[in-house]
Amino acid sequence: MSYTRALDLTHGRIEMSHGSGGRAMAHLISGLFASAFDNPYLAQGNDGAVLPKPAGRLVMSTDSHVVSPLFFAGGDIGCLSVHGTINDVAMMGAVPLYLSAAFILEEGFLFADLKRIVDSMAKAACEAGVPVVTGDTKVVEQGKGDGVFITTTAVGVVADGVDLSGDRARPGDKILLSGTIGDHGMAVMSQRENLNFDAAIVSDTAALHTLVQAMLASGADLRVLRDPTRGGLATTLNEIAQQSGVGMLLNEALIPVNPTVAAACEFLGLDPLYVANEGKLIAICAPCDADRLLAVMRAHPLGAQAALIGEIIEDAHGFVQMSTCLGGRRMVDWLAGEQLPRIC
Amino acid sequence: MKYVDEFRDGELAKNIAAHIARETAPQTVYRLMEFCGGHTHAISRYGLADLLPANVRLIHGPGCPVCVLPVGRVDQAIRLATKLGVILCTYADTMRVPASAKLTLMRAKAAGADVRMIYSTQDALKIARDNPAREVVFLAIGFETTTPPTAVAVKQAQAEGISNFSILCNHVLTPPAMHAILTVAGGVALDGFIGPAHVSTVIGSEPYEVFARDYAKPVVIAGFEPLDVLQAILMLIRQINEGRAAVENEFTRAVTRQGNIKAQALVSEVFELRDFFEWRGLGTLPLSALKLRAEFADFNAESKFNCDYLPVQDHKACECAAILRGEKAPQQCKIFGTVCTPENPVGSCMVSSEGACAAHYSFGRFRETTI
Repeated sequence: MSYTRALDLTHGRIEMSHGSGGRAMAHLISGLFASAFDNPYLAQGNDGAVLPKPAGRLVMSTDSHVVSPLFFAGGDIGCLSVHGTINDVAMMGAVPLYLSAAFILEEGFLFADLKRIVDSMAKAACEAGVPVVTGDTKVVEQGKGDGVFITTTAVGVVADGVDLSGDRARPGDKILLSGTIGDHGMAVMSQRENLNFDAAIVSDTAALHTLVQAMLASGADLRVLRDPTRGGLATTLNEIAQQSGVGMLLNEALIPVNPTVAAACEFLGLDPLYVANEGKLIAICAPCDADRLLAVMRAHPLGAQAALIGEIIEDAHGFVQMSTCLGGRRMVDWLAGEQLPRIC
Repeated sequence: MKYVDEFRDGELAKNIAAHIARETAPQTVYRLMEFCGGHTHAISRYGLADLLPANVRLIHGPGCPVCVLPVGRVDQAIRLATKLGVILCTYADTMRVPASAKLTLMRAKAAGADVRMIYSTQDALKIARDNPAREVVFLAIGFETTTPPTAVAVKQAQAEGISNFSILCNHVLTPPAMHAILTVAGGVALDGFIGPAHVSTVIGSEPYEVFARDYAKPVVIAGFEPLDVLQAILMLIRQINEGRAAVENEFTRAVTRQGNIKAQALVSEVFELRDFFEWRGLGTLPLSALKLRAEFADFNAESKFNCDYLPVQDHKACECAAILRGEKAPQQCKIFGTVCTPENPVGSCMVSSEGACAAHYSFGRFRETTI
């Protein structure tokens, strides 16, 4: 292929031709994506990847990623797009097996940035043991994208007997949280708003499937697993309460929040309960298994700060309530619109 | 978090609550208005009502900047952004305040208007510097707390010759609003005020002395943390029990009698009193709001763009006006929680987290099982 030049990964930029289906696109794929994601399924080089038939029920989930800024403390859109989708599959109790990745690139986007993102995805996929087996690339004109949008799909397999669902919470069940809340959202926001804090806030982005497998292996009667991403802990708990037709009672003092995150939220007038997480999970389990499950979570690096934060109660309205640190009671409602900073 | 966690201590709260329970006279009803939305938020957010005896009643006041902004003022801002094509800069809360024709600044933005959410007046100035070919208008709202930063921006714009920057001035004053609450015909009966926190850092405690002296209403200035509010309630109960009416300051870590003299000087250099200003809920009040002085007329968006204020009627079913006067509680509004929700606010009190309706909807509605 003497007529092609190596991709200029220092100064080069995405052009419309990189999405046109021609040589430039083939070149981008072979020069950047194929080498980073290298695995036998992708190497088949066909329109789709042919995969071996797994044993068990399949779980499939898809997620689009549009974060701004693309690079933030603790991660970037690349690893986020791998972790986020793996986690969605993991929350069903499944072992994730394969990923697909679709990129929408904006004309003018730097190859250097794209390479950083793709390398970060490849590293995250490799560490998680979940290969990217197929993908797609499109290019939109300048001004019609935000640098890069990434959609990933994950397929996993769930063992018989594992039956996790948002409608299975029952009064008396305990609510466990795998660690501190709000780290990802505040890491992104602090960079977006040019806020400087003495201690950096780092995103918690991580793939949770090994933690989930350890929790399942404990034999605890797990009813619901869910990762509190957009809308934060509060929104996710409300979703579960509604799906299960139950109420919840949380204890504010037991919900772990990194002090720097708490301070940043305070500064902006935000509530960490509504700030996004990318490496945390909520587990709802039978009351008798809560202590055992908590011990298993704490023994895993991604659950070291796990805590029992409340319990399921009977409530036809599906309200999530919380005993505040002052000893009063309040509701923890759905997020209304976007969380906006207060004026004074 | 130093200087914050200390004021959210559950054990100390129990201690103050025990004092309150012990010292309230069982036959007396203590009707206390927390003037500020910041207090309303703290009371709801920490569930403070659960720590108080039933005869201590907290009545929400009008001190929420976006709540008291009448529809016509938001219309003005939307008009500037949509019809005149300015870059309209606003604090976040104002984005969702319902205006005429089912519009909000957020919906105007979605329809193509250039509306930008900012954190500080400095952001608005920067936008003006970065866009010399565009007109940039800052929607200046708020009580005395947010006025000094607006004054700074106007002075900076004048000094730097930033001619594409102007403000739509809606800055209002706290004491006239408290005066209106006490004097409105058929108004709410009150036994005391929890006085403003941040506002008082600027204006000091002196301006409230008239309410103690002439109206015999105790005022206790309190910070926005839950322990501040509880302590202020205890101080008010003690005054009421002793038959005293004085201005007391619970928020001594930030408020003095004179306030921030420098900020006051800056504000009076840039602004002067408006003869009249229409408030949502409180009606048209004399000498209750600010306008730019003649020396800064070039920065007045209303005159610069010939964009006059046109009064607009509130939604018929909306009880924001009575709620802002403390005459009704949010749950007494027929459309509360049904037609009017934080996702679809009909009135301004359902918008900001400091608004009485939004605070009750988000934090307290589990108490009324009918909703």
